[in-house]
Amino acid sequence: MIIQKQKAYENIEEMLAPYQKVFVAGCTECATACKTGGEDEVAEMKERLEAAGKTVTGTAIFDSACLRGEVREVSREHQEQIEAADAILTLFCGAGVQTVGNYHEDTPVVPGVDALFVGETIRAGKYTEQCQACGDCLLDVTGGICPLTRCAKALLNGPCGGYTEDGKCEVDPDTDCAWLLIFERLKTRGQLDKIRETQAAKDHSDHHPPQTYKWARPKKKKVKPTA
Amino acid sequence: MSLREALAGEALVFTGEVGPPKGIDCDEVWEEAEDFRDKVAAVNVTDNQSSVMRISGLAACIKLKQMGIEPVLQLVCRDRNRLALQSELLGAAIWGIENVLALTGDHIALGDHPQGRPVHDLDSVTLLQAVTALMNGRDLAGNRLDGAWKRVRLPKPKDGSKQKRKFKYEGPIPEKCPTYLPGAVVTPCAEPVEPQILKLEKKVAAGAKFIQTQAVYEPAALERFMKAAEHVGVPILAGIVMLKSAGMARFMNGNVAGVSVPDHLIQRLADASKEDLQKVSIDITAELMRDMAGMCKGFHLMPLGWSKPAVEAIEAAGLS
Repeated sequence: MIIQKQKAYENIEEMLAPYQKVFVAGCTECATACKTGGEDEVAEMKERLEAAGKTVTGTAIFDSACLRGEVREVSREHQEQIEAADAILTLFCGAGVQTVGNYHEDTPVVPGVDALFVGETIRAGKYTEQCQACGDCLLDVTGGICPLTRCAKALLNGPCGGYTEDGKCEVDPDTDCAWLLIFERLKTRGQLDKIRETQAAKDHSDHHPPQTYKWARPKKKKVKPTA
Repeated sequence: MSLREALAGEALVFTGEVGPPKGIDCDEVWEEAEDFRDKVAAVNVTDNQSSVMRISGLAACIKLKQMGIEPVLQLVCRDRNRLALQSELLGAAIWGIENVLALTGDHIALGDHPQGRPVHDLDSVTLLQAVTALMNGRDLAGNRLDGAWKRVRLPKPKDGSKQKRKFKYEGPIPEKCPTYLPGAVVTPCAEPVEPQILKLEKKVAAGAKFIQTQAVYEPAALERFMKAAEHVGVPILAGIVMLKSAGMARFMNGNVAGVSVPDHLIQRLADASKEDLQKVSIDITAELMRDMAGMCKGFHLMPLGWSKPAVEAIEAAGLS
């Protein structure tokens, strides 16, 4: 999930200052789970903006704000409200902000949310970063713990000298040293050999932003009609 | 005598360390380096130590070289990607700087530019691989270094068939390749120590020819570590940071992971009068070296400006 948090309201207010009429959009996916742009947050934002003297022309919750077809469909349903607005306030991650912005090229889109990372929900309201979307997963080698993400120095060949006796990272006493976690897990499994082999410097050549990805669809085999 | 020769010899080896300043007023650094002249085999020059922005370590190494003092160029992976690190290494080579110490580097969040973005494109192991590759006439990506290979035209096939390869490369030509003495670090008192050993093995496999350790103040701990690291087969210089005061020792215990100063040493520093403090520090350093001399190849002294006391400690230890 894309872990995210709403920007400070003062910040949102500042960005919206030039616009009187606003359309507010949320998303049922990560934004709902992170309580940044679900139904409740969109309704709350509408109320708050109206109390501040803005005109909210309408609201919508996309099933997925990062899905072009969905954005197109929902936007058509709300066409009049969106056309009446001076700006669209989005309460979801940047992928959604840009999907919406690409469809509504003439209307300014104001981001009300900061996307933080790809992570795990420990419980509602508590999240931890787990994945860099690096494009070359090595979790098989490292016992299912990503050192690229969870080691502060993204080390791929073992720990630095900066772990404390209680197994924490010198950078943050609340964070476990990822390499000690990896080491202990693989030791328990009898798989330490996996990390004895040196990991070559990571090959980023296929993963420079901006990336695109397209399914490689196998060609359909022609099937001869059976007699 | 170069560090390489010193490490190959029978005698204990001592190395010192200087930290370049933030700014261009380097007089103190040159003075400290001067203190170490003929007293140590080489002087490490730190690389933006503690993640604090300072003058380039390579620039300071060049200056030391010109002064006739053997430098060890420390290279951390925090501030430069693989292009910059390799180009720095090549730059070192043309100034005759052979000794390079590969380190991960402290985290950027702990320094004076926490707003910056740390690089960590390579780690200490892959940086050592880069050093080794350059020595063999290639860069980390496998490209040939200019001049290090001779392009030879292949004879045309006599049967008139199409020639697939017109040239081949012969080499590398040793005198056109940089020479380095790659070194690495380890934290011998880290708990647990096995992950340190595992990484140390990788560093040696990647080409490390000597090791300088994080500070050690407990001979028994060093002995345990040396036993566990016996098989790696490269000379290990035990690190000692000069303890300038009881407060500093306590600070290191609380804030520097993998370093532990025992209470009896802190007590001695605390009991010392202000005038005696430096003397006590020298005594402690000399005693530690005497106690650990049989365990390792030598000592890396990190004096944090106390170069004269560090040299006095070496002399007081009576080991060289």
